[in-house]
Amino acid sequence: MLLLTCPHCGVSGDETEFAPGGEAHLKRFGPGSSDGEFETYLFYRRNPKGVHFERWRHAFGCGKWFHAARCTVTMEVFGTYPADVTEPPAELVETIRAKRPEWEGF
Amino acid sequence: MKRYSAFAIAKEALGYHVGWERAWGNPEPKPEYEVVIVGAGGHGLATAYYLAKNHGITNVVVLEKGWLGGGNTGRNTTIIRSNYLQDPSAEIFELSRRLYEDLSQKLNFNIMFSPRGVLMLAQTEHELRAWERTAHANRLFGIESEMVTPERIKRIVPIINIEGPRYPVLGGLWQARGGTARHDAVAWGYARAASDLGVDIIQQCEVTGIDRDEHGVTGVRTSRGAIRCKKLCIVVAGHSGVLADMAGFRLPVESVPLQALVSEPIKPCIDCVVMANTVHGYMSQSDKGELVIGGGADGYNAYTQRGSFQHVEETVRALTETFPMISRLRMLRQWGGIVDMTGDRSPIISKTPVPGIFINCGWGTGGFKAIPGSGWAMAGLVAKGEDPVAGPFSLDRFTEGRMIDESVAAAVAH
Repeated sequence: MLLLTCPHCGVSGDETEFAPGGEAHLKRFGPGSSDGEFETYLFYRRNPKGVHFERWRHAFGCGKWFHAARCTVTMEVFGTYPADVTEPPAELVETIRAKRPEWEGF
Repeated sequence: MKRYSAFAIAKEALGYHVGWERAWGNPEPKPEYEVVIVGAGGHGLATAYYLAKNHGITNVVVLEKGWLGGGNTGRNTTIIRSNYLQDPSAEIFELSRRLYEDLSQKLNFNIMFSPRGVLMLAQTEHELRAWERTAHANRLFGIESEMVTPERIKRIVPIINIEGPRYPVLGGLWQARGGTARHDAVAWGYARAASDLGVDIIQQCEVTGIDRDEHGVTGVRTSRGAIRCKKLCIVVAGHSGVLADMAGFRLPVESVPLQALVSEPIKPCIDCVVMANTVHGYMSQSDKGELVIGGGADGYNAYTQRGSFQHVEETVRALTETFPMISRLRMLRQWGGIVDMTGDRSPIISKTPVPGIFINCGWGTGGFKAIPGSGWAMAGLVAKGEDPVAGPFSLDRFTEGRMIDESVAAAVAH
């Protein structure tokens, strides 16, 4: 079972306390975009075998959305950070790079 | 290939069983093939078999990084049904179910197809209406399926609790010619028959890269050397995204773990498959007497082949409510498989942006039942460049908004 820490209220809990929200940092395309861009936004996901950035909600807690970086093979959680950013914080990227030298980067 | 028969068993019994030959060959990879199929699961092996059988293309190799049928083919709950809502789904799943009927005879391998009936419970008014709609759609399409009353359900499955308390059974969708088959035997049967037709099957050979030039695919690099090819089929379920990445394109799939478990063996108590989608669990009994139980997929991406603990509890809780007599059974084994989910919960059988590369993926949580039809359609697509059954499942349906929306039809995994 995954253990996550909410970066807003600081509470750690089992994954049952949280609700998964899919891939993080999607670039949104709406009216005026090309068919390809809109299709990519709606349906295409990175689905990596390795480091994955994703959204979670502290559903049975403070209720806030946040981000997590997790390995989809070992289930190791590298860290969590608030939802109001468009890319992961530099120190988290460094932490992941130290643990996964072969990782291609965000 | 020596044929399997009662006579062959009697003859071998007299000769101390030393005359049985290998079921399928174990060749060294050749430097070049016309078609390379990555993934020796049911879908890959069925594709190879129908390429050889229906289209006469036998210069084919099936590459498998692990062992044959060791992925989702050997991890599912073996349910076969075709009562789908959308026409393209109904067509491919019914083709599949029909092919299953005499597959043992066609392959000369007992796949233990058991058309014991599949019952899908309706436990809310919404579900009741949805199944009624599906039953009408099935009737229009010519698929045998019907709505049954709670009283009839109790006669079909005496161990069921139709009175709730949370979700009383209001009715059900019954497909009498649905059922189960031995999943390993489906892979083994296709492997043996394909091998007999001249297809090479190479296990423990992992694809590490895909070579292409400006005209399309030229070959694959593997842990046992490079293999050139004219056409490449990627049939690897949960790892489709990894292979697509090697080939340089992306797929609209996400990989999540789906779990199943079996109980200790008990005497026969349920002679059909019951699916309870509202409480989310499904159950049948194997010939060994184990109750085969399936449940929910994880809500987030992973490649772990194990899944989250709470899903085991949720599934078992749902089923003890539906079948109170199983509440004291102990569970013997639990496992997970990585399923590849598309946005509309329908599969992809398609050409790809790279000429010469074909993809068969996105079967999500319901691929086993589709193995024969999927292989049939994929073989047609690879051999002739188009196939009437595969057509609607092309990759460009996501660009065109031409969804085959089974996620709405089934409301859950199917």
